[in-house]
Amino acid sequence: MSEPLLETRLLCKNFGALAAARDIDFRLDPGARHALIGPNGAGKTTFINLLTGILKPTCGQVLLKGRDITAVAQADRVRLGIARTFQINRLFRGLSVLENVYIAVAERLGAATSMLQPAGQRKDVVDEAMHLLETLKLSDDASQRISELPYGRQRLVELAIALGLKPEMLLLDEPAAGVPSAESHIILDAIAALPKHIGVLIIDHDMDLVFRFAERITVMVSGAIFAEGAPKEIGANPQVRAVYLGQAGHG
Amino acid sequence: MSAPTLARADHPAALALAGRHRARWSEAIPWVLALAYYFAFPRHLGFGYDLLITILFALSLDLALGYAGIVTLGHAAFFGTGAFTVGMLAKHGIWTEPITGLVLAAAAAAIIGLASGWVLLRTTGLTLLMLTLCTMGLLEELANMGADYTGGYDGLDNLPIPPLFGLFEFNPLYPKTQYLYVLGVLFVCFVFVRTLVYSPFGQSLTGIRENTLRMHAVGAPVRLRLVTCYAISAALAGIAGGLWAQANAYVNLSALGLDRAATVLIVLVLGGYGRLYGAIVGAVAYMVLSHFLAQLYPTAWQLGLGLLLVAIALFARNGILGLWDQLLKRSSAKRAPP
Repeated sequence: MSEPLLETRLLCKNFGALAAARDIDFRLDPGARHALIGPNGAGKTTFINLLTGILKPTCGQVLLKGRDITAVAQADRVRLGIARTFQINRLFRGLSVLENVYIAVAERLGAATSMLQPAGQRKDVVDEAMHLLETLKLSDDASQRISELPYGRQRLVELAIALGLKPEMLLLDEPAAGVPSAESHIILDAIAALPKHIGVLIIDHDMDLVFRFAERITVMVSGAIFAEGAPKEIGANPQVRAVYLGQAGHG
Repeated sequence: MSAPTLARADHPAALALAGRHRARWSEAIPWVLALAYYFAFPRHLGFGYDLLITILFALSLDLALGYAGIVTLGHAAFFGTGAFTVGMLAKHGIWTEPITGLVLAAAAAAIIGLASGWVLLRTTGLTLLMLTLCTMGLLEELANMGADYTGGYDGLDNLPIPPLFGLFEFNPLYPKTQYLYVLGVLFVCFVFVRTLVYSPFGQSLTGIRENTLRMHAVGAPVRLRLVTCYAISAALAGIAGGLWAQANAYVNLSALGLDRAATVLIVLVLGGYGRLYGAIVGAVAYMVLSHFLAQLYPTAWQLGLGLLLVAIALFARNGILGLWDQLLKRSSAKRAPP
């Protein structure tokens, strides 16, 4: 087995008496298409926040390519290659689509500390941002303000910002949430076209999406890993069906 | 493979980004007007330089509040630091030369900004607002108690400010030198702030204003950026305070108080924050209005200003310039129906 891209060892997080994450041993391989599912309140978001460094674990370790990053701050983890998108859009709403992606690319290329040069003259940043918008078929909207953009397109910008960080690992938190079904194919196509070398972890309720993209699925229940396996195994697992898939329609 | 690259750079959005920092002709208007004022109202140059200093102070606040979204009600702390730096150095005969005096004022204010920002900018919103207010209160009390150095409640007057470049006298009755000196410093500072806000650094500040959490998630050292911006803003406010002390040849506790801090906030909100020229428009509107209202209704002139502010808060959230933008949009929409 190759070295995992990301690994957690006995990771746990307590909020007072509530154990939101318990003894999570998890691994994500380079280039993986991995899904994390589980009923509401299963601790998926807590787990993501532990991986990205928004929360500090009560115990256990997070390792990136074998290096212990448990104590590394969120912004530094981004520089090490962990990027994420948000379940609810977190965009720079007053700025244009291009400026949104520019901010991410400028941060990665170390341009953001430059004070006396006009932003538009950093051709490397602008070109890369425009290139990214092209690959996501967003270039027609590049001048649009986020607040004037349809929600489905906003979800794409959410993805574009994360991709502007050239991550090795990408966490997609319900990437198609809130997108009308008529537009959701845009998001699904974009996810299908993600560069192969990025390890992707998708958190979602949408079983169609999960079973379409994931090569491996982890099921979380009550803060712990309940089952893990290939989509077929998970789909056939009677316990998983009982706790989760059976009630997917109510989620 | 060169064709798509060309298309990329030629994209309207990329062109807009590449060209937004270029100066437009209309941007010369305020400077031409400021020079015209010098010739048209030679007897009101005192009011004139006061206005220009207010513009610089409001501009410094715009960088912190309008661009980086740092809410502060204590910006006069830095104005006062600059003013007292110049005042104390001059009064005690340590340093009197005007331009290097401004550099010292900026440095002192930046140090206070750096030190207080490092602690304060861990917080946001109302907490931050209260803490900036408290910091200013502490400095004000410090200046009040250190009467041996600061002159305490009476302040320091008759500051010995030598001629500018050794040539141009600061004449208190006919303040030609003061006006042009302040105008020159304002211009340099304005060009600096304008350059800053259109830079990648400025773009990252607007990113923090628009969505702080996302800035963390793109790997930006958010607090370091905010503290840097706060210190720069403080330095500019310090320059404004230094100019005020030099031009008036006195300094007192009014440089540090809530009154001044609140006024500059009102000026910026009135003009429109986060847009550079809001500081200019707001300061002109505020100072001219208060001047004439005070002449018309000597007892109740602040009532008029209050009503205007209520109207701005209700109907023009983005200030006078925001209102202007809306009017332009509406008239162009009428001319070219979709």
